[in-house]
Amino acid sequence: MTSSSAISVRDVNFSYGGVPVLEGVSFDVAVGEIVSVVGPNGGGKTTLLKLLLGLLRPASGRIRVLGQSPEQARLRVGYMPQHSLHDLQFPVSVMDVVLMGRLGCRGAGRLPSWYSAEDRRAARAALEQVEMVSFARRSFAELSGGQRQRVLLARALCSQPELLLLDEPTANVDTVAETRLADVLRQLGRSKTILMVSHDLGFVTNLVEKVICVNRQVVVHPTSEISGESIHDLYGHEMRMVRHDQHLCTGGDGHE
Amino acid sequence: MSSFFDALVQPDIPFMRYALLVGVLGSVAFGVVGTYVVSRRISYLAGAISHSILGGVGAALYLREVHGLAWCHPMLGAVVAALAAAVLVGLASLWAGQREDSVIGAIWVVGMAVGLLFFAKLPSGFDPMSYLFGYVVLVTRQDLWIVVGLDALVVGLAVLLHNRFLAVCFDEEFARLRGIASRGYYLLLLCLTALTIVLLVRVVGIVLVIALLTLPAATAGQFARRLGPMMLLAGLFCMTAVVLGLGISYEHSLPTGPTIVLLAGAVYLAVVAGGRLRSAVRPGVMSKNNGTEIVP
Repeated sequence: MTSSSAISVRDVNFSYGGVPVLEGVSFDVAVGEIVSVVGPNGGGKTTLLKLLLGLLRPASGRIRVLGQSPEQARLRVGYMPQHSLHDLQFPVSVMDVVLMGRLGCRGAGRLPSWYSAEDRRAARAALEQVEMVSFARRSFAELSGGQRQRVLLARALCSQPELLLLDEPTANVDTVAETRLADVLRQLGRSKTILMVSHDLGFVTNLVEKVICVNRQVVVHPTSEISGESIHDLYGHEMRMVRHDQHLCTGGDGHE
Repeated sequence: MSSFFDALVQPDIPFMRYALLVGVLGSVAFGVVGTYVVSRRISYLAGAISHSILGGVGAALYLREVHGLAWCHPMLGAVVAALAAAVLVGLASLWAGQREDSVIGAIWVVGMAVGLLFFAKLPSGFDPMSYLFGYVVLVTRQDLWIVVGLDALVVGLAVLLHNRFLAVCFDEEFARLRGIASRGYYLLLLCLTALTIVLLVRVVGIVLVIALLTLPAATAGQFARRLGPMMLLAGLFCMTAVVLGLGISYEHSLPTGPTIVLLAGAVYLAVVAGGRLRSAVRPGVMSKNNGTEIVP
């Protein structure tokens, strides 16, 4: 690991009940880089993300996040899960959701039942960053998929993290929401290291500098080297080529 | 309802006053904890906890009546059994994986079976039915003070730790990543649920108490978009059902527990039906319970 590495993964192996999911995985993400983890279903993308978050421990190998173990680095990392994993009936406002990102922040919310004025200022600033501040008092359940995703991004930003880990940021959102999210992430990429797990190759090739291809093992490509051949090698079958208005990209499963 | 109000001031039937006070005070905790239970979708866990209470009540009565341990109050047995069941159910929920429902089902019926065995060995005059379906005559002044203490503990902790409970109920994994001991808070929430259930066991009974924990909160959920207002509304719905249920059951010589629960159920059905009807009459306006995205 170099001193400028935000993430360093070395010879990591992981298996579920004896079934290998990741084998000999090694890669680095430099501070300030925007990278994407892509790969087929069951290839180990989510497992890799959970290892980086310290929710799972590798069978062997070493992971360092911001120079610390994943567990120690948690409070310096902003995590955005998929919005579809949340209960849409849950009675909670947008502001309440974003404020959850302040939990664990030094000097913030000292009393367990109240968030401080500083917490609320940070939450508003995070909502402004994702252009959702006018929705602060709205119910989370009433938002569209894209809006919910931006609120969860604001929650991840609320603690002013050095590294953002995003799980399928464009899952179940329409193309308009996808474009707005890409604009927000492009802005954030100027000041933060971002690693996003995604199925959406069209989305990531236009946004990131490096693609980490995961299918039990890992191959790292600069985005410019992603071709039909490398995608075929990764997914094991032909993929659809989709022409967009502004760029040509290779579409992943379900990417229209 | 005039005879009910007369009964409340009659010195020779204090249990009506105690039952009313227990109901009103218990409703506060039921509104708060019921909202967490409904929002976190753990009603079936609360069901297992409530049914296991019979084991604790039976054991306490057995120790008191057969072995002469005068301090062994049935409410103490109920509290101990409810807390033990909450911890077991919580551990099963967190770590039993796919067998969670089997483990919880086992705790549900084993608690009842233990209770029925203890009741079978009690001297005559002790009927498990009064605990299963509630019997207001059993409510004493001592019960009232126990309820006051438990109520203060439950509501105090729920309010003090509200942000933690909210985070854990909404997104347990994220809360854990923010350094919150989410599993500990989840177990604590189940313990608060256990204590809350004990509050109204004497009035509505072990079998029916779960309805009073969930129906007012589910009714409130039809109106509220945030947890705080939902708790307030749930408490009011619960209080209304208890007070009206006590009054109607006294006036018409009906069993109190079922009357209260039927009232709570009727209000819930009316509110849900009203919401659906409104959606049907005004196309484009979806009832909250549909969970439909309204904003494009």
